[in-house]
Amino acid sequence: MDPSLKKVAEVWERETAIVEGMDISGPWNRMFGQRVIWDYSPDLIEEIAQLPGAESFAWCYQCGKCVPVCPVDVVGDYGPRKLYRRAQTGINLLDSPDLWLCTTCANCLRVCPKLVDMVQIMPAAREHAMLTGRAIPAELQEALENTAIYGNPLGQPARKREAWVKDAGVPVPILHQIQRPVEWLWWVECYPSYHPRGIDASIALARIFNALGLDFAILGREEKCAGDSQRLAGERGLFEMLAEENIRTLAKYEFRHIVVTDPHALNAFRKHYPKLGGQYDVWHYTTLLARELPKLQPLLTKSLPYRVTFHDPCYLGRHNGEYDAPRQLIQALPGVEFVEMLRCRENSYCCGGGGGGMWLDSFAAGHQRRRLSEERVLEAVSTGADTLVVCCPYEVSRFEDAAKSTGVEGRLRVRDIAELLAEAMGLIGEDAA
Amino acid sequence: MTIVVVMEQVPDVVEELAIAPSGTDLDRDAVSYVLNEYDDHALEEALLLAEASGDEVVAVGIDTTGELDQTLYTALAKGARRAIKLTGDFEGTWLSTRAAARLLVPVIQELGPRLVLTGVQAPDDLDGQLAPTLAALLGWPHASVVIGSELVDGVVQVRKELWGGITMTLELELPAVLGVQAARQAPRYVPISRVRQVMREASIETREVEAPDGLVPAVTTLRVPEQAGRAEILTGSPAEIADRIIELLRARGLL
Repeated sequence: MDPSLKKVAEVWERETAIVEGMDISGPWNRMFGQRVIWDYSPDLIEEIAQLPGAESFAWCYQCGKCVPVCPVDVVGDYGPRKLYRRAQTGINLLDSPDLWLCTTCANCLRVCPKLVDMVQIMPAAREHAMLTGRAIPAELQEALENTAIYGNPLGQPARKREAWVKDAGVPVPILHQIQRPVEWLWWVECYPSYHPRGIDASIALARIFNALGLDFAILGREEKCAGDSQRLAGERGLFEMLAEENIRTLAKYEFRHIVVTDPHALNAFRKHYPKLGGQYDVWHYTTLLARELPKLQPLLTKSLPYRVTFHDPCYLGRHNGEYDAPRQLIQALPGVEFVEMLRCRENSYCCGGGGGGMWLDSFAAGHQRRRLSEERVLEAVSTGADTLVVCCPYEVSRFEDAAKSTGVEGRLRVRDIAELLAEAMGLIGEDAA
Repeated sequence: MTIVVVMEQVPDVVEELAIAPSGTDLDRDAVSYVLNEYDDHALEEALLLAEASGDEVVAVGIDTTGELDQTLYTALAKGARRAIKLTGDFEGTWLSTRAAARLLVPVIQELGPRLVLTGVQAPDDLDGQLAPTLAALLGWPHASVVIGSELVDGVVQVRKELWGGITMTLELELPAVLGVQAARQAPRYVPISRVRQVMREASIETREVEAPDGLVPAVTTLRVPEQAGRAEILTGSPAEIADRIIELLRARGLL
């Protein structure tokens, strides 16, 4: 027998059971027999709940509201209620593949009457698993080691972080070169700096910023991953190391606000950097561009004959409450027909990349009927849209891969909002920069 | 009992390497260092052995980079009990493998381990001389290209790789020296919070040593390899690509 399984006390059936004068003897009478929760061992639930941050794991009262909204359950067998139940029946979350499948999308927390918070439980449990010497999935290990050494999960040279700038075709000032205060410090992040499709969006955004006359600059090679997804994957120490270094770097320069490409960076700067002494006024680029719409609108001159739908990034929407800015931008695009997916806004589906999922793709795929990203592109196609619009750097590559693997590649294009805006402004062609 | 792991930092080739203006060294201001990957496997194998036997793992390294602490703290965080750093006047030089072996031998003798593990090779020791040289100087048996080991009844059983996928199992009397190609399992992950905790709580023992004379190689020139060939990506329909491949093979007299 699997040594991680514990034998639970026997469930009793009564030979005869008389309830309120009625004889209900029979094998089904166990429903009426004494069957308190302690028929099962609470040990494995307690082992998780005693971890700082993971206390709410024990609060679950098994109502099951979380399961139908869990994006992982849609393609597999998951949800906080199920994890709790498995722990009750002897399956140790710390040794189970379940530990790595939650994307911390927070849709369960939205509906949970008991506020069981997987966004805090998961990193705590994962950190505990690492600290107690349990093996972690190899692909995640590689991403974490890369981040520790190079400051990005892709394992790219730190010095090449600003290399995309030379292809931007517009000035992209770098703070260590210009040595002057700026209004907006643009936190580009890893995938927009290194991934070819991320770079496409960065170039589009750089051109939009220039067209708007925004006073901005980037950190270039001095920027390191903001670290939020590594934190959620269980690497709090790595997150703190990155945050401390980034806070030191930011302290060298004068700027008024930070604009981020990546909702995960937004989340880190808003919620976790302040605890380490980094207080900034941080905006997602869609929020900034929506504010600039009066200036932007007249520049959107080219009609785009696309039927588009939009994927809300978990860390922009549910985690940080921004649902409207991306939609305002999409609706400002001339010629574009906008349709919503059934799962949108607060109930948006998850691309599967959050909470470390970006670096657990093969691992997760081995435990799911299909990838979350694949489920999502099929939903996008079902709306009749020809374009899936995104505004999180994890998504372009995830959804493009999913479109290929589900065979809808020719029917659905995945584009960052910045790419569509830049195209409508005549700043880039239809395909990319 | 003790198992010693010898660890070395090497230039990270993910970052582009630049030659210093002198033309005889790397531009050390631009170089970043990482643990030699085979030494990482040697550490993992040593930890696996020690977990089974109760031995104490001691990580030992020569600090030629000035940054060896990071490597040694990580080794401590992974499970090594002690870490010893040899420092001296050789920071910024490249020690020959023989010089490194001579510096390491007195420390190994002092520790009196029953096994010494190190990586089978390193970018500055492509011939894999460190393990055999240590063994020769210590007068101990040695095996290299090791891909697994086990301590059984006072000997070490070692699996080593030969050629063509053939492996050989050897039994060595202890003490012995192993050059490790790959640990039985991938090197473990240690979370940064554990490394940082170790950095606060543990300490690295430092030994001042003198570099042996005449064993530092004199570099006359260092240069980036010249581009030797080129690749052509064939495009078009499968039929067009097939035609082009046939044409290329014919042109070279291969068809």
